[in-house]
Amino acid sequence: MEKRVRFRSRWLPWALIAPQMAVVLVFFFWPAAQALYQSVLSQDAFGLSVEYVGAANFERLFADEGYLQSFKTTALFSLLVAVCGLAFALLLAVLADRVVRGAAVYKTLLIWPYAVAPAVAGVLWMFLFAPSIGVVSHALGQLGIQWNHLLDAGDAMALIVIAAVWKQISYNFLFFLAGLQSIPRSLIEAAAIDGARPWRRFWTIVFPLLSPTTFFLLVINVVYAFFDTFAIVDAATQGGPGKDTAILVYKLYHDGFKAMDMGGSAAQSVILMLIVVVLTVLQFRYVERRVQY
Amino acid sequence: MRCKAALWATALAGALTSAPAVAQTEIQWWHSMGGALGEWVNDLARQFNESQRDYRIVPTFKGSYDEAMTAAVAAFRAGNAPHVLQVFEVGTATMMSAKGAIKPVADVMKEAGQPFDVTAYVPAVAGYYAAADGRLLSFPFNSSTTVFHYNKDAFKAAGLDPAQPPRSWPEVALAAAKLKAAGHKCPFTTSWISWTQLESFSTWHNTEFATLRNGFGGTAARLSFNSPLHVRHFENLANMAKQGLFVYKGRGNAADATFVSGECAMMTGSSGLYGNIKRNAKFSAGIGTLPYYPDVPGAPQNTVIGGASLWVMAGKKPQEYQGVARFFAFLSRPEVAAASHQRTGYLPVTTAAFQLTEKAGFYAQNPGTDVAVAQMIRKTTDKSRGIRLGNFAQIRTILDEETEQLWAGRKSAKEALDSAVKRGNEQLQRFEQANRR
Repeated sequence: MEKRVRFRSRWLPWALIAPQMAVVLVFFFWPAAQALYQSVLSQDAFGLSVEYVGAANFERLFADEGYLQSFKTTALFSLLVAVCGLAFALLLAVLADRVVRGAAVYKTLLIWPYAVAPAVAGVLWMFLFAPSIGVVSHALGQLGIQWNHLLDAGDAMALIVIAAVWKQISYNFLFFLAGLQSIPRSLIEAAAIDGARPWRRFWTIVFPLLSPTTFFLLVINVVYAFFDTFAIVDAATQGGPGKDTAILVYKLYHDGFKAMDMGGSAAQSVILMLIVVVLTVLQFRYVERRVQY
Repeated sequence: MRCKAALWATALAGALTSAPAVAQTEIQWWHSMGGALGEWVNDLARQFNESQRDYRIVPTFKGSYDEAMTAAVAAFRAGNAPHVLQVFEVGTATMMSAKGAIKPVADVMKEAGQPFDVTAYVPAVAGYYAAADGRLLSFPFNSSTTVFHYNKDAFKAAGLDPAQPPRSWPEVALAAAKLKAAGHKCPFTTSWISWTQLESFSTWHNTEFATLRNGFGGTAARLSFNSPLHVRHFENLANMAKQGLFVYKGRGNAADATFVSGECAMMTGSSGLYGNIKRNAKFSAGIGTLPYYPDVPGAPQNTVIGGASLWVMAGKKPQEYQGVARFFAFLSRPEVAAASHQRTGYLPVTTAAFQLTEKAGFYAQNPGTDVAVAQMIRKTTDKSRGIRLGNFAQIRTILDEETEQLWAGRKSAKEALDSAVKRGNEQLQRFEQANRR
C-alpha cells in the first residue's frame, strides 16, 4: 500500500500548508530572529540607548557561576518532570481505561488541572505546602517530617516538580488514554487466552504499542519543562532558596520581565532555544529508533 | 439634492456645537494599588473628576509594581504609554536615566502654570525624587518607610511590657527569647530583607549602603554593605535564626501575613501595613521605631523611603499635560494629602498635610501612626537621603538569594554579604554601561 499521499497539482500542497507556514513564520521565526538580534545589543529598559556589544551578553552569562549552576538545576528538574509526569499519567490512564462504571467522571476530573493557569497552580501548591499555614506541611509535621521549602533546597525542588507534574498530567493522561483505547482488544484477549498475566500483557503488548505516544509526550514534556514552567517557579519559590530552583526559563523570565535586562534575557532565550533544538534532535535520533509505528 | 446635503451639514454642525463645549481630555493613570488601596486610588480619581469638567483621570490597575512597569515599558516601545505611571522606589534610577521617556514633574507643572513649590513637600520624600539640581522629577504619591510592628497581646502573655516595644537589637533578641519561652513559635520575622535589614539599617545607622552618596552621585556608585557593622548585624540575625528567635518567612512581603495572623509576634516591615493590621488583625498591635545598635555613633539617623511615586511619560499633548498638572495640584492639596495619609498609613507627602493631621488629633487618637513620620521627617545626611541604584530589582533578588544561604546555614554572614556585593556590583557596572551617553 502506498503510504504517501500524492498530489497532482504543484501548487496545491504549498497552498495547503501556507496558513500554517505563515503562523510559524510570524509567531516563531520572527520572534526567534528578534531574540538573536537583541542578544547582541545592550539597551536600557525603554530602548532609548541601544548599543551593539557583540558577544558580551553571552560572555557575561557564562562568567556567572549561578547561570552555570542553573543548567544542572534545569537538567534535574526537567528529568523529574518528564519521568514523573509520564509515569504517573500512564498509571492513571491504565487505571481509567479499566474503569467500567463512572469512567466519564474520572476522566473529567483528571483533565481538570489542565485548565488551571500555571501561576495559579504554583500558588495553589505553594499554599498547600506553606511551612506555617499549609495543609500538607502541617500533616507532614504530624508525621515528624519538617517541611520548609523556604530554606530547604530539596523541599523546594520537590514542590515545583509536584506543581509542574500536576499541571501537565492531564495532557499526558489524555494522550495515553487515547493511545490505550486505540490498541486492538483482540491482541490483548489473544494474549490472555495464551495465559499471559496482566503485567506481562502490559509490557509485551500494550507498552510497545504505546511507544509512539510515549515518545511524542516525552518531547512535549521536555519542551514544557524547559519553557512553560516559569510561572510555577515564580509563584511557588521565586527561584529560592538561594538559586536552588532558579531553572533557566525562570531566570530568563526574571531578568527580562522583572529586571528588564533585555540583552541578557535575549541571550538566555537564544541559549535555551539551542538546548531544546539539540535535545529534540537527540531524542529523534536515539530514542525514536525504539519507537514502533 | 445639494440643498438637502447642505441642510444635513448645518444640522450636523448644530449638533456638534450644542454638545458639551469641549470634549473631556482623558488622562490614563496606570497603578499597582490592589484591594483596599485600589479603592483609595479610584476614590481619588472620582473626586478629581467631579471637581472639574475638563479632564477625566482613568485609573487602571496593572498588577504588581514590576508588572506595571514592564507593561509601561512595552507600551512606551509600542507608542502607547499611559500619561501617568506609578513606579516603585526600586525603579526610580531606571526612570531617571530614561530621559527621553519621561517628562520631569517640575516641567509639567511649570508649563501648565500650576503653582508648585518643592519646599512644601516633606524633604526626605521630595529629596528622593529630585534631580541633582533640586527639580522634582516624579510626583511623591505613596511613600512608606520601615517600622517595627509588634503584637501587644503576645507581649502581655510573655510578661513583656506592651507599652514598651524593644528599641535596640539586643532588646529585640531579649524580647524574642521571652516570647519563645512563653511558647511562641515565631517571635520575630521581617518583610523585605533588603529594604528593612540593609537599606533602612544603613541609613538608620548613618552608614553607607553604596558609594557616591548611595548612588545619588551618579551611576558609578558601587555597593558597600559588607562593612563590619553590616556583617555584625547579619551574624546577629543568623544567630537568632539558629535559636529559633528569628524565623524567615520568605521573600518580598510574605512575612506580612504571618504577623497579621498572629503567628509571628514581632516584625520589621512597611508602615503601609498599618491599614491592613487595623482591619484584619485579631489582636492589639503596636508600632515602634526600627531597632538599632546603641553603640553606633549617629544612630538612629533616619529610615529610608519606600513605596512609589508618579512619573509623567513623555510625548503627550500639551492639553493632556495641563490635565496631569491639575491632577497633581489636586493631590497636593493639604486636605486631600492628609486624608490619603490617614487612610493608608503611607507618609504625608506635604508638610501641610502632616500638620493638618496632627492638628486634627489623628496621631494622638491612633498611637504609633506618627512613628513613620517621626523617622522620616528628621534631617537627612548624605548617607541617609535614600538609595538610588540601577538594576536595583536584580540587586534585591541577589540579596534574597545570598541571605537565604545564610539562614539555611550554608554561608557565613561575611561570605553572604561579600558575595552579594560582588554580584550586585556586576549589575551596577552593567547599568552604568547601558546608560552611558
